[in-house]
Amino acid sequence: MLVAAIDLNQPGHYLNWGVISISVANLVVIVVMLALFALAILLPFPKDRDQR
Amino acid sequence: MSVTSTPGTWTGSLRDRAVKSFPPDDLLPDRQPIYVASWIYVFGVLSLAAFLVVLVSGGVLAVEGPQWWHRSSTGHFVNSLHLWSVELFMSFMVIHLWGKFWMAAWRGKRALTWVTGAVCFLGSVGTAFTGYLTQSNFDSQWIATQAKDGLNAGGIGAFFNVLDFGQMLMWHIVLLPLIVGFVVVVHLLQVRRRGVVPPFVIDERDLPAQVSS
Repeated sequence: MLVAAIDLNQPGHYLNWGVISISVANLVVIVVMLALFALAILLPFPKDRDQR
Repeated sequence: MSVTSTPGTWTGSLRDRAVKSFPPDDLLPDRQPIYVASWIYVFGVLSLAAFLVVLVSGGVLAVEGPQWWHRSSTGHFVNSLHLWSVELFMSFMVIHLWGKFWMAAWRGKRALTWVTGAVCFLGSVGTAFTGYLTQSNFDSQWIATQAKDGLNAGGIGAFFNVLDFGQMLMWHIVLLPLIVGFVVVVHLLQVRRRGVVPPFVIDERDLPAQVSS
């Protein structure tokens, strides 16, 4: 039987900062999305072969 | 193909309007302006691809029933496929939305394109919430009991009862997908009709002196 890389059969971990409370899983997703957005803006788009 | 209709026929006038609004060259173009070569549009297409996986995996779950994934490993797999395609759909759509926001993509009579995209996002959030309610487990029961207080406070609970599993299932697998699917089609047709928004025109007076000279 395959075992998940992270044990999902337990309560999630939460970060608390004042009134803000966020799960580590949600924070990771948001950071990954921001990183993807930054890459989408910064990485050059492949050019058409005819235009090279 | 003839584009002139017999006067007084609704089919002919409808066809004329459709061809005028969506010429075949614009509806299925084979070339696009250079500024369309951007990863932001790749995320738009990825959203569509993920949406198709959501619909297909959801269709299989609908055929087998909402309890299937509790007793079958195949059902569990399809349920996970449904969940993760939704996760990707929402993520790709939000990245596409961020990009379009900073491009001010509503410029040039493209307000309806922007609005349908935003409505698609909000509708998808609602659809996802009803999905949480139809897991048929303790998690869905907990979410339903928490959601009912807020909805009842807003007077919505009278006709949208989150404790009614059957009603939430119908919203999740019929009504909301139809609405979101329709809005997605209108969004795509608007993109084809108005075209992709061009970049901002740079006013030379806004540039530093050494650049503009």
